[in-house]
Amino acid sequence: MKVTLHIWRQSQPSDRHAQSARDFQRDGRMVRYELDDVSPDMSFLEMLDVLNEHLIKKGEEPVAFDHDCREGICGACGVVINGVAHGPEKGTTTCQLHMRSFRDGAEIYVEPWRAKAFPVVRDLIVDRSAFDRVVQNGAYVSVNTGAPQDANATPVPKADADKAFDAATCIGCGACVAACKNASAMLFVGAKVSHFVHLPQGRVEREERARNLVTAMDEEGFGNCTNQYECEAVCPKEIPVRVIADMNREFLRAKVREE
Amino acid sequence: MNLDARIPDGPIQEKWDRRKFELKLVNPANKRKYKVLVVGSGLAGAAAAASMAELGYQVECFCYQDSPRRAHSIAAQGGINAAKNYRNDGDSVWRLFYDTVKGGDFRAREANVYRLAQCSVNIIDQAVAQGVPFARDYSGLLDNRSFGGAQVSRTFYARGQTGQQLLLGAYAALSRQIHAGQVKMFNRTEMLDLVVVDGHAKGIVVRDMVSGEVRAHAGDAVVLATGGYGNVFYLSTNAKGCNVTAAWRAHKRGAGFANPCYTQIHPTCIPVSGDHQSKLTLMSESLRNDGRVWVPKKPKDTRPPNQIPEDERDYYLERKYPSFGNLAPRDIASRAAKEACDKGLGIGETGLGVYLDFRDAIARLGKEAIKARYGNLFHMYSKITAEDPYSQPMRIYPAVHYTMGGLWVDYDLQSTIPGLFVAGEANFSDHGANRLGASALMQGLCDGYFVVPATIAGYLAGQKPGGVDGKHPAFRASIKEIEDRVKQLLSIQGGRTVDEFHKALGKIMWDKCGMARNEQGLNEALREIPALREEFWRDVKVLGDGMTLNQSLEKAGRVADFLEFGELLCRDALERRESCGGHFREEWQDDGEARRDDEHFAHVAVWEYQGDVKDAVRHQEELQFENVQLAVRSYK
Repeated sequence: MKVTLHIWRQSQPSDRHAQSARDFQRDGRMVRYELDDVSPDMSFLEMLDVLNEHLIKKGEEPVAFDHDCREGICGACGVVINGVAHGPEKGTTTCQLHMRSFRDGAEIYVEPWRAKAFPVVRDLIVDRSAFDRVVQNGAYVSVNTGAPQDANATPVPKADADKAFDAATCIGCGACVAACKNASAMLFVGAKVSHFVHLPQGRVEREERARNLVTAMDEEGFGNCTNQYECEAVCPKEIPVRVIADMNREFLRAKVREE
Repeated sequence: MNLDARIPDGPIQEKWDRRKFELKLVNPANKRKYKVLVVGSGLAGAAAAASMAELGYQVECFCYQDSPRRAHSIAAQGGINAAKNYRNDGDSVWRLFYDTVKGGDFRAREANVYRLAQCSVNIIDQAVAQGVPFARDYSGLLDNRSFGGAQVSRTFYARGQTGQQLLLGAYAALSRQIHAGQVKMFNRTEMLDLVVVDGHAKGIVVRDMVSGEVRAHAGDAVVLATGGYGNVFYLSTNAKGCNVTAAWRAHKRGAGFANPCYTQIHPTCIPVSGDHQSKLTLMSESLRNDGRVWVPKKPKDTRPPNQIPEDERDYYLERKYPSFGNLAPRDIASRAAKEACDKGLGIGETGLGVYLDFRDAIARLGKEAIKARYGNLFHMYSKITAEDPYSQPMRIYPAVHYTMGGLWVDYDLQSTIPGLFVAGEANFSDHGANRLGASALMQGLCDGYFVVPATIAGYLAGQKPGGVDGKHPAFRASIKEIEDRVKQLLSIQGGRTVDEFHKALGKIMWDKCGMARNEQGLNEALREIPALREEFWRDVKVLGDGMTLNQSLEKAGRVADFLEFGELLCRDALERRESCGGHFREEWQDDGEARRDDEHFAHVAVWEYQGDVKDAVRHQEELQFENVQLAVRSYK
């Protein structure tokens, strides 16, 4: 099959402290490419591999994009495809999207995640280290390596363990931020809060965690939630927005108990 | 080359306690004076970095991904073994030890494996304390499943994402130490050289993959936790970025490389769909708890699988290995699949595939129960193939998955270079010639949480902290070498892309050193690989410059190393004139079953670099079996 691609090319990294969109985007622009040897069985990233091989042969620099495991679990990949983070298939990362999801002759627009907290490094690659910094502020149980009690000493109701897992399945790709008009990271941060608050091990530090994560999230420049649920719609792991409710409840609880 | 494994004296049950007692300690006030460099942030690396930081060492940790959470441990699906015996089904530390030694076809070091089995129970406790959401039953207690090569149920799991959950646990512990200022994390940073001063590992040279800067990091010890080398085959279940570079550079600086020919071909992966294929996707071994493997009895049977009646199907694993059935170990299941396809019984358009069928399990347990156990795997399968595994069997075929070989280490996980420790898949120590399912997570975390943080003190106690800094001439020389190599790669401007060379290498490796190997093929590979390498350095095309993010340049450096390493792997395969585990030499078999030669090959082969791969010298560490009787490995 044939496709026409319009891909964001940007060789200069975005300035994190830029005052205007123009400064943030630097030399970025959409560039058009035609590709006529696409197989429907290719993954979207394999299609970009083919494009890059053609570009290198022609002496043009290949399109830079993040990717690693290519099986939907590492969270490295992620681009906006025709306006939708990770493209048209529900519950699917970019690397798991296949070209059979597009028609022959399709026109496909490919852009990086767009968010102030995710400056572009090059082409389709963005800097998501803001997520790491949020996690460092408390998305953990403060336990050292050592000799904790036996794993079965504290039973955890299956329903709680399942809820914790549903949140812990987050791959940290950043699609939630990219899809949100406010570039909010609340699905990501909510998933962390929700994971730990459903487990007895995580409840000891629940108040401190909720406060610290919310503060860190705000400091990184992520926006607020206005209940549009675009994040849930694009999340490749289908994390439910109830984790945001968990986070709000935990934050409020922490505030009330602080008074 | 000194290959003294330094195994502690005494009965095997007491060796680890004994070593921990014998080791010198670094007093708490002095720990902060020592800096340890950890390369890699997977299970072994993140666990080691976090645990050493908790103890008080200054730690610097490096990963090539944009975040330490993305290391490829994250993709492990099925589970992690531990000798908890929660099922009351006869499991014990001794049984896990025995199964692992036998599963590795008696080519692993007993003492290391016993310690692994001992620590396995602590890993589960540690992970639960961190908040890892393992699967639980309705009583709220931890659930288990079975894996290949075992007749007990000892595998703990978190749906089909066990590696992800365990890695996020280690990543969380690491993040906590970064916040505490005990660990400095360097993302998008690739190690390109090991720096050895007066025979001791004193630092590394890295390239910042965003700015292109090549710089030195000095430390008092170095821990490599850089994973395996499966991508030497181009197509594998590894992440695209997985590479041998860190281990290979350490080898070239004097670290012995052990058993490179021990590569694991995993029996259940999604078959190749075309030339564009960039990687292969695993379907977890846990699926063989409920899935039955079969091929049609009639060659070239093109009927849809559901129309092939029961008596025209050959459930060949159940037939050949009745006591283990579909849970035969990986090497055996892979060879059996190859044998079926070689006889023309393979399925799908290419004939390179077999069925993994859930029909009976769905009829017995219901679709919902199967979905609860394997939902994400079925989802992944249908995404890739556009087929529904609930209504038709999965098509699967073996693919390169894990590498048991790696840098040689002693009992303390120290390589032949003092001060260089190697953990996780990057070392060779625990799996012998074949790794059992759900043992990789166990080993990575055992090395990272419990072994390296303990044993490294024994080394550091004898070293003056901060003895060498990054201005030492050895660092300057290494930086210059790396910068020159970058310039050279960029100046060739030939006609073929890096991927074209990588694919060509992968084809040689898979055809001549894959699931079955023979002398003639290996000799051909040993002629073809150096020729391809020579062509690479003459004709590769890498665009752009070295001072920006340049993914082609990163790949070129890794493929250049694979082109050297692949030759060593084939040499090792040629010299090991026996079949064992994942290493199957066609000349040594009994009707398709591996024939070991314990008289001549019950040893670890350790290669010493001598300026060129073809001149590498093969040394041996003899393996002593005092607790397990060497026997023909039978799963019949």
